Amino acid sequence: MEIPYTVEAHPETGLNNGKIGIWLFLTSEVMLFGALFATFIMLRIGSDGNWAAMQAEAELNIPLATINTAVLIASSLTMVMAWASLMRGQLGRFKLFGWLTVACGGIFLVIKYFEYTAKFEHHHYPESSTFLAIYFAMTGLHALHVIGGMAWNAYFTGPGSKLFHTNRQWLTDRVEHSGLFWHFVDLVWIFLFPVFYLL
Amino acid sequence: MAEPVHASPAHDEHHHDQSFWRKYIFSTDHKVIGVQYSVTGLAFLFFGFVLMMVMRWNLAYPGEPIPFIGSLLGENRAPGGIMLPDFYNELGAMHGTIMVFLGVVPLAVGGFGNFVMPLQLGAPDMAFPRINMISYWCLFMGGVTMFASFFLPNGAAGNGWTSYSPLADIALNGQTAWLIGMIFLITSSLLGAVNFITTAIQLRAPGMTWMRLPFFCWAQIVTAFLLLLAFPPLEAAGVLQLMDRVVNTSFFIPEGLVVGGEVVDRSGGGSPLLWQHLFWFLAHPEVYVLILPAMGIVAEVIANNSRKPLWGYRSMVYSLIFLGFMSFIVWAHHMFITGMGSVMSTFFQTTTMIISIPSVIILSALFISLWGGSIRYNTAMLFALGFLPMFGIGGLTGLPLGLSAADIPLHDTYYVIGHFHYVVAPGTLFALFAGVYYWFPKVTGRKMNEFLGKLHFWPSLVFMNGVFFPMMIQGLNGVSRRLADGGITYDFAGEVAGLNRMMSVSAWCLALAQIPFIINFFMSIRNGEKAGRNPWNSTTVEWLAPSPAPHGNFDQEIVVTRGPYEYSVPGSDKDYVPQAEPAST
Repeated sequence: MEIPYTVEAHPETGLNNGKIGIWLFLTSEVMLFGALFATFIMLRIGSDGNWAAMQAEAELNIPLATINTAVLIASSLTMVMAWASLMRGQLGRFKLFGWLTVACGGIFLVIKYFEYTAKFEHHHYPESSTFLAIYFAMTGLHALHVIGGMAWNAYFTGPGSKLFHTNRQWLTDRVEHSGLFWHFVDLVWIFLFPVFYLL
Repeated sequence: MAEPVHASPAHDEHHHDQSFWRKYIFSTDHKVIGVQYSVTGLAFLFFGFVLMMVMRWNLAYPGEPIPFIGSLLGENRAPGGIMLPDFYNELGAMHGTIMVFLGVVPLAVGGFGNFVMPLQLGAPDMAFPRINMISYWCLFMGGVTMFASFFLPNGAAGNGWTSYSPLADIALNGQTAWLIGMIFLITSSLLGAVNFITTAIQLRAPGMTWMRLPFFCWAQIVTAFLLLLAFPPLEAAGVLQLMDRVVNTSFFIPEGLVVGGEVVDRSGGGSPLLWQHLFWFLAHPEVYVLILPAMGIVAEVIANNSRKPLWGYRSMVYSLIFLGFMSFIVWAHHMFITGMGSVMSTFFQTTTMIISIPSVIILSALFISLWGGSIRYNTAMLFALGFLPMFGIGGLTGLPLGLSAADIPLHDTYYVIGHFHYVVAPGTLFALFAGVYYWFPKVTGRKMNEFLGKLHFWPSLVFMNGVFFPMMIQGLNGVSRRLADGGITYDFAGEVAGLNRMMSVSAWCLALAQIPFIINFFMSIRNGEKAGRNPWNSTTVEWLAPSPAPHGNFDQEIVVTRGPYEYSVPGSDKDYVPQAEPAST
């Protein structure tokens, strides 16, 4: 049985089902990270002025995080390029940019791994302070989202791209939706970076 | 009515080939998934009720061995059949969790929402059938995790369904399993909510404008938004509490916390109040998740059985949407005595008073809908009519709790338990039973037995009140809700402690009153009176589909031409005009 408006847009809303679904999903993600940012605020307010000391003690690596910010922004760019290539019907360029996006996610995670292990070497664990606790909770959850987005993109760039030959529009839509998720993950980092490293 | 015409014989052919597993277990058909949800929900409702019946023994006869099952519970739960207070706490926490997250929500939202809403919209299925299936199996995994936690060495979670920190952070019981189970349940709700809203936006039949939607669909849409936006903060809180338990963080642990005479070896600096805020930010909208689908069902049943259009349909819809918005800014009325300050209390008691207005509008509209109707007293209608005053009592007893001054003496007494059980048990559960009797013919093609139905309704009504009304009296006397012995050791309970026996006997009789329902349910699947497409002469679109409806739902094109409740239209030859007239007329 065919579900209507899986590929073609609904004449009244102008959107297909997946587009609405992904935006709804993103609203719930906003609430998820919103609650964590609220937690951050509550912990910071409740720290009796110790926050800056906890932050200094954690010795977060600002240069590495800056590189990571650049990597993620670059990956958002390649994501759009991948989608635009599909719109033009260029499968080869789509695959190139698709894999570049996945690779950027990989670089981000490797850098994050080095950051985490450096913390552990200095005996900075989540239990050490509430600053480190919320740092690991939020960046960890963000890293899980990066992994999810990478898996999603890797599927459509790899085995999922066979759809190109049978239903190109559907593949283009799916890549657009995974791109929306990827931009969201990027955007969360744009908030995390100043909140933890710079403020 | 014309013989059903197969709109797409090729597809039907295809579905006959499906294996048993694809068709009944890992089905993507919204109706099969709806039935899976409903059966799971009913089973967990029964299980949660059993937990409560065991608790009620200790409340009525504290310190006496539990008959029949006492010896089966094991030495670490009930040595010699006498319940330990820790085990009482486990039962209490799991009763709440199971009834809310694994009983009512799966039945009201997952079950009725999944089965009925696409049919009422005139849609062939949900927008994302595979996500729908995954959503059910997430719920199933959550249920298994919760159930299995009873067999952990230290038992199930015993920190109340609210899991307040820091107790829940340091408790040695199955709180970790509870959190993992909750993450499954939250994922399930999230996927379901995305699916419901997308379906309602995209898959309405031609002509089904927003103001022609049956009220039930509106209730499901608003509920889905609540689940979508309120659950993620609890997921965040759950992850943080899990970290507190597993990697020794201090999100919810204050500095210098003393347990058993020793300072806990944690960094501290966290806030127990933070957990309460995050929890109630979900859990207050959750209350509306429990009640809104029930209101939706009652509205359908009342319009159908009073043979009248709903009175004030538009104001009901607007009230519903307003209720949904407001439910996000009332949560801290659960926290008046936490010392969060009078400014906060004033804000939240004001919003709480405001939110009672749309509830009253909906309830009043339902009452007025009865006025001048030619009411049919079938079982579904009896349960719907039972809902109205019971929900009314539940709602009105909530007002003193919403005022911060009146809440101080009532907080954490049995009055609170009485209040919300009136909303959820004789309120929501009665509506759900009404829904079961009302839509059973659409699911199975057969009606349930009316005599057994009435044998189910009347005793249930009496014993529900027998269980919950005395709680109000006890609560006003100041009996705490948290005592395993029912407060018998306290002076203030002296005069009202005897009510515990009345409540317990009522609870056990209530269980007996469910036997006609269980017999009726299973007997009617095979032997019930055969129902055609539209046994209740109803107007909404789901009754145009065959009973039971095939995969893909409709065998005719659905084009909606009028509002949902065109009953007793002057000048019409019958007393109802379906939303989309069948193709034959």
